[in-house]
Amino acid sequence: MADERIPTVIVDDVHVVYRVHGATAPTSPVSSLKRIVTGSKLASIREVHAIKGVSFVAYRGEAIGLIGSNGSGKSTLLRAIAGLLPTERGGLYTQGQPSLLGVNAALMNDLSGERNVVLGCLAMGMTPAQVKERSADIIEFSGINERGDFSSLPMRTYSSGMAARLRFSIAAAKKHDVLLIDEALATGDAKFRRRSEQRVRDLRAEAGTVFLVSHTNQSIRDTCERSIWLESGVIRADGPTEDVLKEYERFMGGK
Amino acid sequence: MPETAVAESSAGVPLRELARRHGLHAAGARPSVPAYVRELWAYRHFIATYADAKVSSSLSKTRLGRLWQVFTPLTNAAVYFLIFGYILNTRDDVKNFPAYLCIGVFVFGFTQSTVQAGISSITGNLGLIRALQFPRASLPVSVTLVELQNMIPAMAVLGIIVLATGEPLTFQWLLIVPILILQSLFNAGLALFAARLGSKMIDLKQIMPFALRVWMYGSAVLYTVQMFERLDQKWLTVLLESNPAVVFIELMRHSMMEGVELASPAGHLWLLAAAWSVVIGVTGFLYFWRGEKEYGRG
Repeated sequence: MADERIPTVIVDDVHVVYRVHGATAPTSPVSSLKRIVTGSKLASIREVHAIKGVSFVAYRGEAIGLIGSNGSGKSTLLRAIAGLLPTERGGLYTQGQPSLLGVNAALMNDLSGERNVVLGCLAMGMTPAQVKERSADIIEFSGINERGDFSSLPMRTYSSGMAARLRFSIAAAKKHDVLLIDEALATGDAKFRRRSEQRVRDLRAEAGTVFLVSHTNQSIRDTCERSIWLESGVIRADGPTEDVLKEYERFMGGK
Repeated sequence: MPETAVAESSAGVPLRELARRHGLHAAGARPSVPAYVRELWAYRHFIATYADAKVSSSLSKTRLGRLWQVFTPLTNAAVYFLIFGYILNTRDDVKNFPAYLCIGVFVFGFTQSTVQAGISSITGNLGLIRALQFPRASLPVSVTLVELQNMIPAMAVLGIIVLATGEPLTFQWLLIVPILILQSLFNAGLALFAARLGSKMIDLKQIMPFALRVWMYGSAVLYTVQMFERLDQKWLTVLLESNPAVVFIELMRHSMMEGVELASPAGHLWLLAAAWSVVIGVTGFLYFWRGEKEYGRG
């Protein structure tokens, strides 16, 4: 099997540096003016070296869990793979266009769930015919209609869990070459979590690659057979989930 | 199965070579202009649906809903007529000043609201941009469509005002359609410029209302174009008369009113309108395309 594995994401010694503007923003008009007059503008730009030389290869049909403590660079790495953050150094190659699915992926809150489904599907590049065909399934999968007809209500009336479920269902409706999931599974209830974990397995069976960032080690154990442990922007371990998690749990427990 | 990639890369295959062999492409590369145009065309259904959704969501919290598409321009016209037509009485050179004024207000308002919406079309949709990959030009383009959708009922209101002030309905009114098409193309270009500038310079949004007001005061909306002729500097007259807003307003007055004195001959105005639309439309698109991969970062 090893010789015919097809890589979908190749990360080659990637560095990501954030530039944060206004990190030390002055709070009054006078100090703003002073800053402009004295030309100390650069002082307010701070650099954060979030990813420091990460390399790995992901293959078709793999589900990879990304673990690490808060601020270790997991979400940053996903956003860089999705092409949403520039890399400072190193090469990042992908098959097709990776899709990032995060909990804060807002659609339009004033519109009904149904119309959000249509809009989301079109934004992912589906044709109107495909959208018509799938939208009932998406609503069904999200389970937002389990307590009455919520799909025709504006999304601002949804609970945060319902909104997250609908967003996950929309994103999971399309076949992705590479799907990046950032904590999304953690938001649903237990029933939805089981269903979405099944969906992630299906997506992998359709020869996609799935990356999953989560703080619940159980959902990583259930869905991913390989894990990468990031700490302060550096890979600490990369291998079978069981081994990596054991090491990670020992690290977190020993702190 | 989990044979780790670390083992493979240390086996000596350079990762760059591996990527090339399997046809992977670099993340975050900008598409070529023709590819970008094709991509945008493939997303036309998204653009249309998004524009439609934007119109209904912006009015969904009001009680009168879409009736505001008619009431807003009507109130606008009433306010300007009250101040400039009735109280200040700037009507000297024109027989039918109410119609003259309203056409200016409505046509300028179309460009003005498109630019204002264009500025926040990227910064106001960061959630969507960070979540999904689609050609970003879809957003400023759909903003233009939203404003065009708002312009259509406004034009109906304008038509009624103009007829009520005693202008006849002539075949010339058919020219409204090509004027609106050219102006929409011009507006789309401006919205694309504004979208990229607005995403780079957040403070632009604060300055824009003033810049737009200066533009309106220089566009013969509230007074007649004959004021330009009275200026001492000839170059200033030429500059003011080739102002795109003046061009579109004058064309609209020409098509909807009888016997208005124009800034330049009608044929000249049509040429200027076409030139402005193509130049601003194309350069706006190219300018926006150059920043395609910058949007949503930071």
